[in-house]
Parts: sequence; structure tokens; C-alpha cells
Amino acid sequence: MNFETTIGLEVHVELKTNSKIFSPSPVSYGADANENTNVIDWGYPGTLPTINKQVIANGITAALALHADIEKHPHFDRKNYFYPDNPKGYQVTENDTPAATNGWIEVQTADGGTKKIGIEEMHVEEDAGKNTHGNKYSYVDLNRQGTPLIEIVSKPEMTTPQEAYDYLEGLRERIQFTGISDVRMEEGSMRVDCNISIRPIGSDQLGQKIELKNLNSFNYVRKALAYEEQRQAQVIMAGGTIGAETRRFDELTGKTYLMRVKEGKDDYRYFPEPDLPSLEISDAWIDELRTALPEMPAKRRERYVHELGLTDYDAMVLTQTKEMSDFFDRLIELGSDPKMASNYLQGDVNAYLNDQQVKLENTKITPEALAAMIKMLMDETISTKMAKKVFKAITQGEDPKVFVKEKGLIQLSDPAELKPIVDDVLANNQQSIEDFHNGKDRAVGFLVGQIMKRTQGKANPKVVNQILMQALNQ
Amino acid sequence: MNYFDRDLESVHQQLVNGDVTSAELTKQTLANIAAQEPDLQAYLAMNEAAVEQAEAVDAAGIDPDNVLSGMPVAIKDNLVTTNMPTTAASKMLENFHSLFNATVVEKLQAAGAIIVGKTNLDEFAMGSSTEKSAYQTTKNPWDLTTVPGGSSGGSAATVSAGQVLASLGSDTGGSIRQPASFTGVVGMKPTYGRVSRWGLIAFGSSFDQVGPFTRTVKDNAYLLNAIAGHDDHDATSSDQEVPDFTAHLNDGVQGMRIALPKEYLGDGIAPAVKDAIRAAAKQYEDLGATVETVSLPHAKYGVMAYYALASSEASSNLERFDGIRYGYRSPEAKNLEDLYVQTRSTGFGNEVKRRIMLGTFALSAGSFDKYFKKAAQIRTLIIEDFQKVFQDHDLIMGPTAPTKAFQIGSESTDPTEMYVNDVMTIPVNLAGLPGMSLPAGFSDGLPIGMQLIGKPFAESTLYQAGHAFEQNTDFHQHTPQLGGK
Repeated sequence: MNFETTIGLEVHVELKTNSKIFSPSPVSYGADANENTNVIDWGYPGTLPTINKQVIANGITAALALHADIEKHPHFDRKNYFYPDNPKGYQVTENDTPAATNGWIEVQTADGGTKKIGIEEMHVEEDAGKNTHGNKYSYVDLNRQGTPLIEIVSKPEMTTPQEAYDYLEGLRERIQFTGISDVRMEEGSMRVDCNISIRPIGSDQLGQKIELKNLNSFNYVRKALAYEEQRQAQVIMAGGTIGAETRRFDELTGKTYLMRVKEGKDDYRYFPEPDLPSLEISDAWIDELRTALPEMPAKRRERYVHELGLTDYDAMVLTQTKEMSDFFDRLIELGSDPKMASNYLQGDVNAYLNDQQVKLENTKITPEALAAMIKMLMDETISTKMAKKVFKAITQGEDPKVFVKEKGLIQLSDPAELKPIVDDVLANNQQSIEDFHNGKDRAVGFLVGQIMKRTQGKANPKVVNQILMQALNQ
Repeated sequence: MNYFDRDLESVHQQLVNGDVTSAELTKQTLANIAAQEPDLQAYLAMNEAAVEQAEAVDAAGIDPDNVLSGMPVAIKDNLVTTNMPTTAASKMLENFHSLFNATVVEKLQAAGAIIVGKTNLDEFAMGSSTEKSAYQTTKNPWDLTTVPGGSSGGSAATVSAGQVLASLGSDTGGSIRQPASFTGVVGMKPTYGRVSRWGLIAFGSSFDQVGPFTRTVKDNAYLLNAIAGHDDHDATSSDQEVPDFTAHLNDGVQGMRIALPKEYLGDGIAPAVKDAIRAAAKQYEDLGATVETVSLPHAKYGVMAYYALASSEASSNLERFDGIRYGYRSPEAKNLEDLYVQTRSTGFGNEVKRRIMLGTFALSAGSFDKYFKKAAQIRTLIIEDFQKVFQDHDLIMGPTAPTKAFQIGSESTDPTEMYVNDVMTIPVNLAGLPGMSLPAGFSDGLPIGMQLIGKPFAESTLYQAGHAFEQNTDFHQHTPQLGGK
């Protein structure tokens, strides 16, 4: 029997805001337990939520980035359940009126074409806190409670693990470029739950879906789904049936394991949150956010290749993060040669970032400084070799022009200045001239080396070569 | 000194003149409360620092432009305070001390009022008699064998007994107006959103409003002046301009068009109550108003809709009392599930549990459309009923409660029977309108209340009409038995 696979993904994305969705507590990583909380986050008696407008704006921005229809009159609902990390006893979410519906993400297909994966809905909600369990006690940390989230629910339109992977990449990339989230799985700012079912090819009914939870990377998502489609096929081929289950993926064995069997449906007793008035999303606000929407990565890659003449590979590397891509765009704006700018970002800059384990936006490297350096390279004020020193200075926050001047790194490119030095070196190295005329090419290298030595490496090798060859061939 | 035949302005004048200091007034108030407390049982906590705070106001000088400066007041114990425990009359919050003050508390304190104590209520404001308190039953000062009404029974009783001139209560389905009616004082439930709910322990979030009890209409207007206004802490609080509610008190009712819903004088309303309201209508006509009979056809569904909606909200609002972070925790629990079940089973009283179950049921997947949604539709119809009447009437008059105060312990075996007590107050909460109860008669020595209902944010109209009535009647000048002792 041959099967086809159906995959749907639910992705939680933490929004990057200064404060929580319904309280003024800060949102930040690495704080002591319960440090970023206040009476509202504790569900303290008498407290009420107020809406952080930035969260709503970010939600609209996300909806625009996902090509979705925006709900003009959303209201929040309460989702009721008891759990220690859920202090009010309910989570505030958009159940009835999701912020956006009917979006899509385009992915490349194996045959080189493209496919649109539908997005059912996207809603805004608050995150819960976190419980940790010790030997004798359990601990509740509410720092994460009230962190703004968007949940993006795909349509069950993916048919292979690779498609799911590509969808996630597309989603991550677009959200990351809007700047509303870091979308980092390792920091929990992006979390993925997968639903996967298989059915005999040709069947018009979906198979029983299995939920995969707590996957830590896109690669694990792909591996877990691949394992799961095989496993389910084997169960069915052996005459078994797939039950409603939640499973987890073990990274070491590459297999999925049963977490819990789902019995019946949870009843969350949703109803409209009476403490928050319904929102009015105006067209003017949407337009404002649409105008502020940055150019998306796919568009940028197209521009880099077709307008700036970069390779597909270069374009892909440069658009891996918005910071890198913005940095590159700024370099071009400042008049840098695209290829040279691209090379420096992928070369020296990336090497530095990897070496220092730091993000571009957290370094002292500025587009202005790097552009100034590239300009000096372009007009041959400095050599590629000197550029190494200049780049190091840039990472220390120094002004490259000042640095070059102070260190006397300006390249000698004036033939009138170089000619006497070349003549002098030739006059003192008659043997080399003879060697050259006898066809020994190595002699040229030696002579250049001598000239460089005399100029302390400042001579422009290109100009030196020209003058030298001219003199030798006379 | 008790406060019978006095009002805020006269006592304020004494403070300004230096005839009495705030500290003396506060001490006397506390002494009166202490003397009557064994009979009345109106308070759950007293402010230990009250005299000290009064001395501070004296030292700073009584503000001659603010009638609340140095004035003793009481507040319902579902308003959170930092310097007194807040229990909402529940075992669930026994000895609970809040880390912040309710906005209305902050506003009273900013005005220089001395909060003398926290008054008793039905647990979490659920009840119509103040018998559902986990701690004590407050008595009606007019007859200690009867209830003071509820849920703000303590706040109503302390004003009625002449212990303070003003107190705050909260009103979800009638919890200010019905006890005002039973104890013969003035009680105002402002327009939803007029007063901040920040610091009010939530019962039915889309209904709850804080409001004042006073002996006179004018005093009530002064109190609302002090507590009304937008609050950034409360997303449902309105940014409507707050007028001076005392400004139009003397404008009279000449030419005013008053509606009297026929449903409010129908079956189930005690004859004495009907008589009092008819007499009041006649009084208004004598004063130059027109009174017309109108219909609120959906009002009769109000109680059912309210209990579905308010209980649903309550079931959710009370989920936070789970024994994890604050308040009562059952010592019996062995595991997490147990902790929830034991804490909530022993922490909540029966009436609260009844409503939690009712609300939980109404919200459950199979019932939501049948109950919650249907009730929300009824709510819309009731709002439309009111809108229609207000197209050509300035206000609505009727009884506050169907009867005078009933006997303590008279609740029948059917717990829902008492719910009809709020039949005339509930539609006002469903529509978010302002409603005021003021004394309008007596039946066998017990007060009868008249309810005035206004357009959204038209509290001034209610005060104006209430004051005109008060000026031409003497019901508010009678004193209860307890005060006469």
C-alpha cells in the first residue's frame, strides 16, 4: 500500500516588546525567577489587564507579512483551565476573532517550482509561566507569563517533511525581517507543534493525526516527521490503527515516543474577555504599518541578483538575517561596490562574528566605517593587505580614515613618486635585470619585493608592476 | 455624635470651623461602631490607623473646598486595601493583605477621607442579604431580625445606623440599590465604566460597578464626584467627562419626562411598594414632571440572562483562587489536583460554589450556545428596550426591590428564589445604566426604596430628580430603631 502524508503546523512566536501584553512588566531573558512580574501577572485579586498597543501593531505587521486578511474588530477571549503557571486560571487569547486569517507562505518544490502553503489563522495571545520540579517542591516562575505571542496555524497542506521545513524557514525568515520577533527556537521565541497523518493514496479522508510537541530545531521537525510517516505506515501495514496521541521526539535515537493519549476533547469554556473592550483596527493604522513593513528577504535576494549582479549564493547568505541584509543595503547606499561589500560581509565580518560569538548589531562595526574602508580600497588609497589592519581597527570602533592617516597606511599609487624608487632598485640589482631578460620570471617577484621593502609595504603593487615592466622592457 | 439629621456639608462646616477635629470625629465614629457592632455586625475589619490619619489631616488643615476632608467613611470589603485585610467575606481570603489599594480607595484618601473600616458583604458579593458572608450576618438597623439586603449589606447598614455619612459598595445586579432600599438610604450604581474597577475583587466583570451609600442625594453626588473618572488601570473605564454632580441638584423636575414601566408594578411586587411608587409618581407630577407608563418587554428575562452571564464571568474570575500563590490553601492536599479540589471545596461557601457551577455549566461546550449566547442576546434586547424608552423620556422610575427587608433566615429551600429580589435592578446592570435607590416610604416600619434609572452617564439627572423628591418628602429623615436605642 502506498501512502500520502498530510502535515499541519502550529507555530508560536514570541513578540519582541518592551513590556508584556497586559501588564507593564518588562519582557527580557535571564532575569531571576519572578523578577519580571507584578500583581497583574500574578492574577492578584482586584487587578485588571490593559492592552499593550505595540503588541496589536506587531500582530498586524505579522499578518501583513503572511499575506493574511486582518480582523478589523478583534476581541479577546478567555480560555479557562487550571495549572500552576496559569495564575488567573485562564489564558487571554483571540479564539473567536483571530487577528488574521487566510495567509500563505511560498515554498520551493523539489521540481524547482513554487507552492503556496495556506495559513488558516493567526491569533494574538499571552504566554503562560513556567513550572520547574525539584525533589520536594515545585517552583512557579511567572517571568514568561504575559509575554505576547502570536500563534500561526497552517492549513494541513504540507505533504513532505521537507515542505514543513521549508514552510518553517519561510515563516521564520519573514517574521524575522519584520523585526517583531527574534524567532529563535533555541531561546524559545519560536516553538513548533506538528500534526501529521497519513492515508492511502487516493483516499479522500484524512487519517488520524498525531501531534508532535517540543521540537527544538527545524532539523528535528524534519527528522521527526520523516520518522513518523514511516512509523505510521508500518503500524497500518501490520494491521494496526493510529490512535489520537501526543508524541515527543528523541534527538539521540531519532525516534518518536508516546507522551500521552488524548482522551476526549478539552473543554476550555471560551467566552469574551469582559475586562478588555473590543478593538477597532482602522484602515489608516493598517496602511501605516504596511508602509513601515520592510522589504521581505525573497524580494531582497531578487534585487541583489538582478540589480546588483550578485550570485544566488551571495544573496542567500546576505539575507540570512535582517541585520546583515540591512547592513549590506546601507553599504550599497553609501556607495560601496556590491561584490566587494558582499565579500567583506561574508568574509571578514562573518569570521569576526563567529570568532567573537556576537551578533552584528552588538558589535562596534558600522556600515559607515566599513563603507569608508571599501571606498579606500576602491580608489586604491589602501591595499587589501592594509585593509586587514583597518578592519581590525573598525571592530574596535575606530574611524578608518583617521586610523589610516595616523598609521601612515596610505598606499603609494603615484607613478611620479614610485618611478625614482623603481629606478633605484633596478640600478642596485643588475643581476635581476639580467635574469629577467634570460626568461627567469621569478626575478620580477624579487624586484617587487625590494620595492615594497623600500616603501614599507605602502606601494601600490599594481602601479609598481606597471612601472617595473615598463622599465624592464625598455 | 451620630450623623442623623446631619449631612456632609454641615459636618464639614464644623470641621472647618474647628468645632470638632477630624481626630475627635473619627474617635467618636469608631466608638459608635464599636458600641453597635455586637448588634449590627457590619464590619469585618477596622482601620487601626484611622485616628492617626485623621490627626494628620487635622495637622495639614481641613480643606475648606472638599467636604470629604477629614471625614470618616467606610468601604466594602471587596475593595482591596494595603493597611487593612481584604477578605471579600470569604474564607478563601482570610487574613489577606493586598499589596496595593483600589483606585477608589486612593481617590478617597487623596480627598482626605478617613476610611474607618471594611464592611461585611455576601461572600464575593454573591447574595441579596449579607447572610452569605463566611464570617457574620449583618443586621438591618431598622429591625435586627431582618436582613440589610445585599451584597453590600454592611456598607448600607453602617450609613443607615448613623455610624458614618458615607460608604462605598459595589453593584453587580443590585448590590448597592437593594440594600439601600432595605435600610432607607441613598445608593447609586453609576454607569458602567464611570468608576474604576481597579482593586475591586471581580464578580461579574461586565456588570460590576463601585458606588456610594449616603443619607442624602446631595451627599451621594459629593461621593461620586470624588470617585468617578477614567483610570488607566481599567480598560473598561470611560473617558467621558466627569461633571460636578452637585451642580444641578436644585434644577427641579419641571418639564421632566419620567417613564414608569408597567412591568415594574406587576405581579410579585408588594402592595405597599406599589403604593409608595404610585405616590412618588404623583409627587413628581405635582412638581411639574410628566409620568408615563411604558413597557420594558424583555425585563422579565433579565434575571435569567443575568445569572447565566454573571455566573459565567464569576466562574472564570474566581479561578485564580486556587491555593497556589496567595490566600487560603487547604492543608489536606496530597497532589496538585487535590490542592485545587480541596482548596476550592473548603475555601468557598455554598452560594459561591453554586454560581461557579452554574457558570461553568453555562460556558461548557454543549451549553454555550444554549445559555451564554442566548443570554447575551437577551442582554442586547434589554439594552434596546431601554434605548427605546430613553428616546422620549429623561429617566425611568420604579421600585428598587419587590418587598421591604425580609427576615434573616427566611430564604426558602430553593436557593434561586431569592434571585428574583433583583428583578428590577438587574436589567440596569445588563444595560450598564446608572441606577439610584432612595427612600420613598415605609411598610410596617421598614423602608421602601424607589429606583431611578438614567441614560448612560446621566447620573446628574438622577441626582437632580432624586433631590427634588427628597426636598418634598421626609422619608430620609426617619431614624432606625438601632439608632433610637
